[in-house]
Amino acid sequence: MVDQSEAQAIAIPAQPAPARASTFSWAWIGVTPFLAFAVLFLIAPTLFLIVGAFQDAQGHFTLANLADLAQPSIVRAYRISLEISITSAILGAIFGSLIAAAAVLNGLPGWLRPTLLTFSGVASQFAGVPLAFAFLATLGRTGLVTYLLNTYLGFNLYSTGFNLLSFWGLTITYLYFQIPLMILIMTPALDGLKREWREASAILGASTWQYWRYVALPVLWPSLLGATLLLFANAFGAVATAYALTGSSLNIVTILLFAQIRGDVLHNANLGYALAFGMILITGVSNGAYIWLRSRGERWLK
Amino acid sequence: MKFLELEGIQKVYGPNTVVQDFNLSVDKGEFVTFLGPSGCGKTTTLRMIAGFEIPSAGAIRINGKDVTNLKPNQRQIGMVFQAYALFPNMTVADNVAFGLKVAGQSSEAIRKRVGEMLDVIKLPQFGDRYPYQLSGGQQQRVALARALAIKPQVLLLDEPLSALDAKIRLSLREEIRSLQRSLGITTIFVTHDQEEALSMSDRIVVMNEGRVEQIGAPFEVYNFPRTRFVASFVGTLNILRGKVVDGASGRITIDDQQVIAGRSMGNLQNGEVRSVALRPESVTLNGAGEKRNAMQGIIEEVSFLGAVVRMRVRFRDNAISLDTFNNPGAPPPERGAPVTVSFQPEDLLVLEGETH
Repeated sequence: MVDQSEAQAIAIPAQPAPARASTFSWAWIGVTPFLAFAVLFLIAPTLFLIVGAFQDAQGHFTLANLADLAQPSIVRAYRISLEISITSAILGAIFGSLIAAAAVLNGLPGWLRPTLLTFSGVASQFAGVPLAFAFLATLGRTGLVTYLLNTYLGFNLYSTGFNLLSFWGLTITYLYFQIPLMILIMTPALDGLKREWREASAILGASTWQYWRYVALPVLWPSLLGATLLLFANAFGAVATAYALTGSSLNIVTILLFAQIRGDVLHNANLGYALAFGMILITGVSNGAYIWLRSRGERWLK
Repeated sequence: MKFLELEGIQKVYGPNTVVQDFNLSVDKGEFVTFLGPSGCGKTTTLRMIAGFEIPSAGAIRINGKDVTNLKPNQRQIGMVFQAYALFPNMTVADNVAFGLKVAGQSSEAIRKRVGEMLDVIKLPQFGDRYPYQLSGGQQQRVALARALAIKPQVLLLDEPLSALDAKIRLSLREEIRSLQRSLGITTIFVTHDQEEALSMSDRIVVMNEGRVEQIGAPFEVYNFPRTRFVASFVGTLNILRGKVVDGASGRITIDDQQVIAGRSMGNLQNGEVRSVALRPESVTLNGAGEKRNAMQGIIEEVSFLGAVVRMRVRFRDNAISLDTFNNPGAPPPERGAPVTVSFQPEDLLVLEGETH
């Protein structure tokens, strides 16, 4: 007598071994242009300038380029770049977050939010020569706003010591795209704050300040941190706006780098590579700090 | 004096009146449920008690104190939300401690109270976990502990079980009720689930379109509905169309079969056509001798649901559903089989208003 399990074993025909699935995915074709672009215009140039930073004009290994970074003019350029980038990033983060919070959380008219986001989308990409010209035409010595203030309010902006071609002038100009960029990044993050969290904290006895202190800001912290760093990098790498606005009157590191690489009087391409290598290091350190801070601030996330 | 009083509450948004003339008095320690379909105003009323909405008219008093215009953080109320609303950046212990912390209690008192509450919800070892590390049922228990930690005067539960799966829902509702009884806390529970309302409440407030339709104990609301809406919303109901033969004695005909209706909403006029309601569990199959009303019909549908067999019996234009317990010794009748269904006159309720 054949038991039931044997009968089933006999009844079921042996399945042919499945053909080995091809390991090639056609999806690779879709990402190939991106990979090629990244290799050709990001990875290869980065490696090229890192190598170049350690070479002299004849291609021999040297640390002289790095040593030259200690020149007072270069140190000053790094310091000014860092100051402008940090200042514009922090101010942009504060004002951008406050404006985004006002648009998202408070009872403003419904049309305001899409209008603000549309404007921010445009303004965050408005940089370079057009932005520099716009500020010269409004806040320059003969700019429209300067003229109107002087003519109709008797207020001479430049008598206060303000100068558009200065640290604060460039910082204010950068804020034109920094604040909108912050608004664009923070709006979805603020949308992620659940109404129930605010209500739960209120019903448990918390004030509005306590809700922001203990719940909302810690929840927003990773987004705030990431967005502020993005603003820093945005300002730190900017060159066209600064060059168009100040020419060489404000010595920031990107203008110095630009001068070295394009073949200025003091043309030294390898020193330019070293300058760029220094920028990579600073950006790398700030990214590392960001990752560390974010990992501490996001322990509660999956 | 009642512990929680809602007097003439009204809420208007522009041209829409979402709650009107809501009056309710709740005793201390009572468990009252607001039951109704979506948009009936039950959650709005709850939010007015919490202080998230201010009534357009009327007054809310807790323990004799008028709280109508107080902010939520001044009312000493606990609330559990449908979507848990645990603070994601805090551990379970920090969540439970939140209300005590913002009240400025000492860290020792907070630690002690948090320990007590975690014991109450049977999660003493979960204090260091974050909300994302908990199941839905565990999160809702933590939310309950957080609400109770501040020793609130009133506990508000806004559909706290609706996001959970059926099995957890059942066990958690028993836990909530048991906890509420042991703490003796006055509780308002909002749900659209009639089974939850019937099984948990001391009293049910049935709401529809911003109005209170009926307030009563579950037994009363289920068995003696005062309006057509309550009759149809609470429990499963067969609604049939009948013609009044003799209003005085309650005799009516349904598909030319004469029966007696023991209860009626409003007077019956001879010759008028009215809707009549009959609960499925009131009907007995082939038991004509036991009950005074009997009707002949044909089995139209049989669904075997395990412990229960649900059948649909058609008379002519009308049909009813009835449930019988599964009996392995007596298989259910086949489709098309002639049957007799019987029920008592007091189980047949003539509804108010127009015919269905």
